[in-house]
Amino acid sequence: MIPIVYNVRSVVQRPVSTALTALGVGLVVAVFIGMLALANGFRAALAKTGSDRNVVVLRKGADSELSSGLGRDVVSIIAASPHVAIGADNRPLVSPEVYVLIPLAKSFDTSQVANVVVRGVSDQVWTVRSNVTVTEGQRPASGRAEVCVGSRLVQRFPHTGIGQTLHFGGRDWTVTCHFSAAGSAFESEIWGENEQFMPVFRGEVFQSITFRLKDPAAFDDAQRALQDDKRMTVDAHRESAFYAQQSQLLGNILSFLAVVITGIMAVGAVFGAINTMYAAIASRAPEIGVLLTLGFRPTSVLVSFLAESAIIAAIGGILGCLFALPLNGIVTSTTNWSSFSEIAFSFRVTPQLLVAGLIFAVVMGVLGGFFPALRAARLQVVQALR
Amino acid sequence: MKYLRLVVANLGRHKLRTILTILSVALALFLFASLRSVTTTLAATAQFGGARRLVTLNATGLVFPLPLAYGNRIKAMPHVTGLSWANWFGGKYGDGKRFFANFAVDAESYLAMYPEIVMPEDQRQAFLKDRTGAIIGRRLLTQFGWKLGQNVTLQGTIFPGDWTFTIDGVYTPTDPAIGDDVLIFHHDYFDERIGRAGIAGWYIVEIDDPARAPAIAKSIDDMFRNSSSPTKTGTEREFQASFATMWGNVSFLMSTIGLAVVFAILLVTANAMMMSARERTGEIAVLKTVGFSDRLLFALVMVEAGALALTGAVLGLGGAKLLYPAISFNGAGFLPGFTVTTSTLILGVLVAVGLMLASGLVPALRAARLPVVQALRHVE
Amino acid sequence: MALVEIRDVYKSFQRDSQRIDVFTGLTLDIEAGSFTALMGPSGSGKSTLLNLIAGLDKPTRGLVSVGGKHVSEMTPGQLAAWRARNIGFVFQSFNLLPVLTAYQNVELPLLLTKLSGQDRTERVKIALDVVGLADRADHYPRQLSGGQEQRTAIARAIVADPTVMLLDEPTGQLDAKSSQEVLTLLQRLNNEFTKTIVIVTHDAHAAERAKMTLHLEKGDLIEKRAAVAGAAR
Repeated sequence: MIPIVYNVRSVVQRPVSTALTALGVGLVVAVFIGMLALANGFRAALAKTGSDRNVVVLRKGADSELSSGLGRDVVSIIAASPHVAIGADNRPLVSPEVYVLIPLAKSFDTSQVANVVVRGVSDQVWTVRSNVTVTEGQRPASGRAEVCVGSRLVQRFPHTGIGQTLHFGGRDWTVTCHFSAAGSAFESEIWGENEQFMPVFRGEVFQSITFRLKDPAAFDDAQRALQDDKRMTVDAHRESAFYAQQSQLLGNILSFLAVVITGIMAVGAVFGAINTMYAAIASRAPEIGVLLTLGFRPTSVLVSFLAESAIIAAIGGILGCLFALPLNGIVTSTTNWSSFSEIAFSFRVTPQLLVAGLIFAVVMGVLGGFFPALRAARLQVVQALR
Repeated sequence: MKYLRLVVANLGRHKLRTILTILSVALALFLFASLRSVTTTLAATAQFGGARRLVTLNATGLVFPLPLAYGNRIKAMPHVTGLSWANWFGGKYGDGKRFFANFAVDAESYLAMYPEIVMPEDQRQAFLKDRTGAIIGRRLLTQFGWKLGQNVTLQGTIFPGDWTFTIDGVYTPTDPAIGDDVLIFHHDYFDERIGRAGIAGWYIVEIDDPARAPAIAKSIDDMFRNSSSPTKTGTEREFQASFATMWGNVSFLMSTIGLAVVFAILLVTANAMMMSARERTGEIAVLKTVGFSDRLLFALVMVEAGALALTGAVLGLGGAKLLYPAISFNGAGFLPGFTVTTSTLILGVLVAVGLMLASGLVPALRAARLPVVQALRHVE
Repeated sequence: MALVEIRDVYKSFQRDSQRIDVFTGLTLDIEAGSFTALMGPSGSGKSTLLNLIAGLDKPTRGLVSVGGKHVSEMTPGQLAAWRARNIGFVFQSFNLLPVLTAYQNVELPLLLTKLSGQDRTERVKIALDVVGLADRADHYPRQLSGGQEQRTAIARAIVADPTVMLLDEPTGQLDAKSSQEVLTLLQRLNNEFTKTIVIVTHDAHAAERAKMTLHLEKGDLIEKRAAVAGAAR
């Protein structure tokens, strides 16, 4: 085997060419990681939104909370179900919820309006959704026009500070607390008491009912029981699955875009790598001749040059990872078209993504170096040494 | 011109390298044009809609309906020449994986207010007479394989149940603002089936003079300000624009990626140019000896870089410009009227020129400044 | 007045930290119509002298003039234009651009003139004819033998009808037969077409074909010998 040190030294001897090629690969990898991190972040925000231990009940046929409507009778039926867990205070862990969208002007540009989710919850919600915690202030008191604002809304929309007043639905609401929810979609919502919201918005109708399963493994039984119950027409979903499914449309679009864009870029980068390697090999023909004369086999030459191309690409891959890392945690927002609501989420650069980026880089290097390496291996000594 | 042969011959020296470099440039500019077109298309949708039509929504939020009783009161206002209303239905077809807009309208007034909805007169009449009829945009014919006269059944999501309609007409919109993938049916039928007459999702108000739009909008909102459902009225254009902003940072994201793409390709091209240049020091020395001036050699190298860049530009930009209309691309409905604008093309050409300068400059300067004597010594 | 006049020329190079003096006050003449061989050991300055005459390099001190023009005082821009019209240079190797045909290579100096395409074609044809390669006009350098390559280079060197032809070891990489071809051609150019030729060479046989030999050693002209056979002077 030709010692790797030969390749390393050769690479170092043409610093500009190597740097340019590596940078090209690096940029492709950075875009790749960045876009997938965006899709990741979006999916994660929605995936974390739901728990495996909870069930979301909607009216049958409704594909999102927006289009669903459940009456008080349904709430009673569900609250009495044996599948529902009982809390420490002996009350069923059920949160019937009102779900509406209201237009709110953004802080930095009040002409930009986003549709923000306003969720009317029961006081059980803080137990049912165990990943939600109040970070500042006090929970809204029952019977009062008070709301709790999700942490991701706080900087981006005006009048969301503790003690300030939000105006929507024709009424004024005092902000009494902020809450966080482990980076999930709930952090882009405004919560208040469901009974307070009902008269203002859609009358005696809830949009969804969320409850904690007594036995998380028994979801299928619970689902069948509720859906077969002739007194109501509902669909029951595991909360985690429900929100994951909400992320599908936009998540798929983002992933698709990521693949297409970086795919095209990758082709360009591979072309660049091919050029670099061909030129390198052409200028080193005499060296190859010498190697062959010394007794190294053509296969060794092939592997050697493939390795060289892969090394340059790997350097590019590392650069790309370094470029993409700062993206982690940057918050961006868009409208989730499935639920029509504004959602804020952050880029999520995971170790898996970084590794994928590196592998992608090496693949580009191997693809780019293949034909040139083949030519190197096929050089006849006589030609090479001329 | 007589030097052209020299330039072309140099490019033909390593045909593979030249082709690969041109293709890289083409790919990058194709991407650039595509990404920028997403931004321009979204910006254009914010310009959709006329100022002669106003949209009145429930001020609390667009998911809340308005009483039908408002209709007559708005119609009676001065300067209002037409009124219609619609309700978002949100039905799914088949497995529901392919989204399309569908809503119920007050058919006669709606069609009167939207001359951009164009279809044969007999189809229009058939629709107006058929209570359970529907008209569809042309794209739905290919999207779902529907045919004129066929019955289609939608699954209601907000309004549950199976809703069957007869396709009485297929329209072609004359303005990209009107989607070509929409299904429209009768409000009467809608009211009848939900058993709850008297709600409208939104009103469309036609006025006589666009300049009066802000004033009339304000009057309408004033009229209902203290009622159970206060309204928010704006021009159709403002309404469309608010949808465009819902994309959030996507435009910005696309631009950033576009920049990264351009930069990456710059590296590839510059690399190729420099490799070629390095291999030719001997020849450049000979040319200088023959009497080619520094300036001439500088120009020749730049022209070479330019040829690469511009050929790539024509392929990439031209490809984008031709591809998208050919496949009727509209981003699954999210990017109506998607097209590569002239400004994008010009920008692309400028990028190509910049590419030429950036990748050719160093080799060109090197060629111009090459000290002949030293170079000859290496040659010999 | 001689065609080429070297007057009290000094030339030094800086190689790393050392200063190397090639010429320290060289003076010599080259007459029009002459065929001169420059000989001498390595480092004697033969190639440097050629470069000075061609205006590719400037003396540190002193004057180089060709055809009355003070070459050593011209600007680089002027020199390029002047060289195109007045100098025909042939190297030991790498003369021809591999991407151009023989014809296109010979045409190169003419591209720098204002001649029309037709005129250029005519002259190239004549030049190729003179060197005996009219039938190889469309061949690429890799399709030519070493001797043919050099003859093509000579064709390029004469196509613009230069004042003086300078050749640096033209037969250095050729075999005996090709060398003979080239040297015979040079003699013909000098005798029939009265071209002024200066060739730098190691090869005594090549020097024999010239009419005058100048020996350089350590930058000094130490000997001047007219050729024995067929000397015109």
